[in-house]
Amino acid sequence: MIEISHLTKKFDQFTALDDLSFNVAEGEVLGFLGPNGAGKSTTMKVITGFLSPSAGSVTVDGFDITQNSIEAKALIGYLPEGAPSYGDMTTLEFLNFIAEIRGYRGEEILARVQHVIKEVELESVEQQTIETLSKGFKRRVGLAQAIMHDPKVLILDEPTDGLDPNQKHHVRELIKNLAKDKIVVISTHILEEVTAVCTRAIIIDEGIIVADGTPAELEEKSMYHHAISVRLTQDYDLASDLQGVSGIGGVVKENEENSFTILASNNDSIFAKVSEIAQKKQWPVTEFHVNRGQLEDVFRSVTSQSQGGE
Amino acid sequence: MKNLGIIFRRELVGYFATPLAYVFIVIFLITNGIFTFDIGGFYLRGQADLLPFFSFHPWLYLFMVPAIAMTLWADERKTGTIELLLTLPIKLSEAVLGKFLAAWVLTGIALTLTFPIWLTVNYLGDPDNGVILAAYIGSWFMAGGLLAIGSCMSACTKNSVIAFILTVSICFTFVIMGSPILLNALPAWLPQFIVDAFAALGFLTHFDSISKGVLDIRDFLYFTVFIAAWLLASAIVIEIKKAN
Repeated sequence: MIEISHLTKKFDQFTALDDLSFNVAEGEVLGFLGPNGAGKSTTMKVITGFLSPSAGSVTVDGFDITQNSIEAKALIGYLPEGAPSYGDMTTLEFLNFIAEIRGYRGEEILARVQHVIKEVELESVEQQTIETLSKGFKRRVGLAQAIMHDPKVLILDEPTDGLDPNQKHHVRELIKNLAKDKIVVISTHILEEVTAVCTRAIIIDEGIIVADGTPAELEEKSMYHHAISVRLTQDYDLASDLQGVSGIGGVVKENEENSFTILASNNDSIFAKVSEIAQKKQWPVTEFHVNRGQLEDVFRSVTSQSQGGE
Repeated sequence: MKNLGIIFRRELVGYFATPLAYVFIVIFLITNGIFTFDIGGFYLRGQADLLPFFSFHPWLYLFMVPAIAMTLWADERKTGTIELLLTLPIKLSEAVLGKFLAAWVLTGIALTLTFPIWLTVNYLGDPDNGVILAAYIGSWFMAGGLLAIGSCMSACTKNSVIAFILTVSICFTFVIMGSPILLNALPAWLPQFIVDAFAALGFLTHFDSISKGVLDIRDFLYFTVFIAAWLLASAIVIEIKKAN
């Protein structure tokens, strides 16, 4: 369990994190979202003990990160932003070094290193120096060192940044498999990733939590939740047909030709009503589907206020 | 302190994984040769000792040691590996000391490889090998002092060139502190004890007596305390500056 209470981090005059409090429990995969500069990486740096908080505390399984930093750090596997590693070492040398620091000795080192190499598929580059590796491989080396000691807490700063779609899929599968009895915190820009792997998402902006919930809960906050997308074969005035029908929030014409989105005014399904009207009025429909809501839309609406205000 | 050894080994192996260690050692040996034989007049003196060899070491170290020290922390910061290193379950002191020791051992290896000159002087005459051993140890401690300055300067910046220039400047100050050039330049009205204190802080004062075979525990104590103080300063600077 990670407990973060009243965490504040200031750099000179600039407040990067402002009284942040939240807990993460075992089995949770927490997606950490926010615009650039919102404080995602700073939060991770404080949780992992790289930066010390200006105020507030972080405890990992009861160990305070500033007071019992060695014990707390031993529980954490961390992939820093950009997956830094020692470029002049080979993959194998680097992972051996990490295994040793993580307290493995003799035979265990070999076993652990072979295990993580298999886990993230690094067999082909074992003997190459890390600086000669592609971005995707470097990231996987970073992941390998993070999971070396089978950590209880895994903190990954943009783990899929720079990977191709296959590698992304692979890393997500890996995270899902790891997550069973662990705490995983990942930061990402990619919203689809949150829906794909996270059981919970926190959106922060300017060091403050602006949204916290399961991806589905967040989607419900979207104005597109329950909205219906319709595509017609020819232009047709949908708005007049829907006028006065309760529960309809409005009709938005999309950029694509003859495409419309019918918004729901309250959080109720309008599918039945709209489809009935569509049949009665014989709309020239080619596509008709219900939106779950868009995380992107929620993300924009909760993080844009502050930016618009300045 | 078990992690100290692991970090030390990684750093030392790292030096030899790149051409850095070899370039350093080769240049060190060549420059040493030039200084000793051409400028120092090793043969012309007709004396069986290594004084011309050792008396150039402070000036040789002035450029060689900052070159190894400059990357110690600056590169860690630049590549971001400092974040990896300091989030591993190790103490900061282990990292600072491990890195320092690796660089210090590298200078030790380079110094040891000058042994042919010791063989030469033993072949040609009958030198006092005790004095030579003392001078070797003194020289190594002096290199350690300069490295410790370099470690701290390297922690101050992401840019290893800036670290190099800063280190050279500060090392230069400490090397010449005890030299007559600087002492004569001090205003005459300064009380003698301040002049003495000033001279006592200089490297030359301590190294000269060691290289002449005067083994005074205070000279070694000076270098040990000097190294410890600069390493402590390194740790403090790293702690303060790691955020940016």
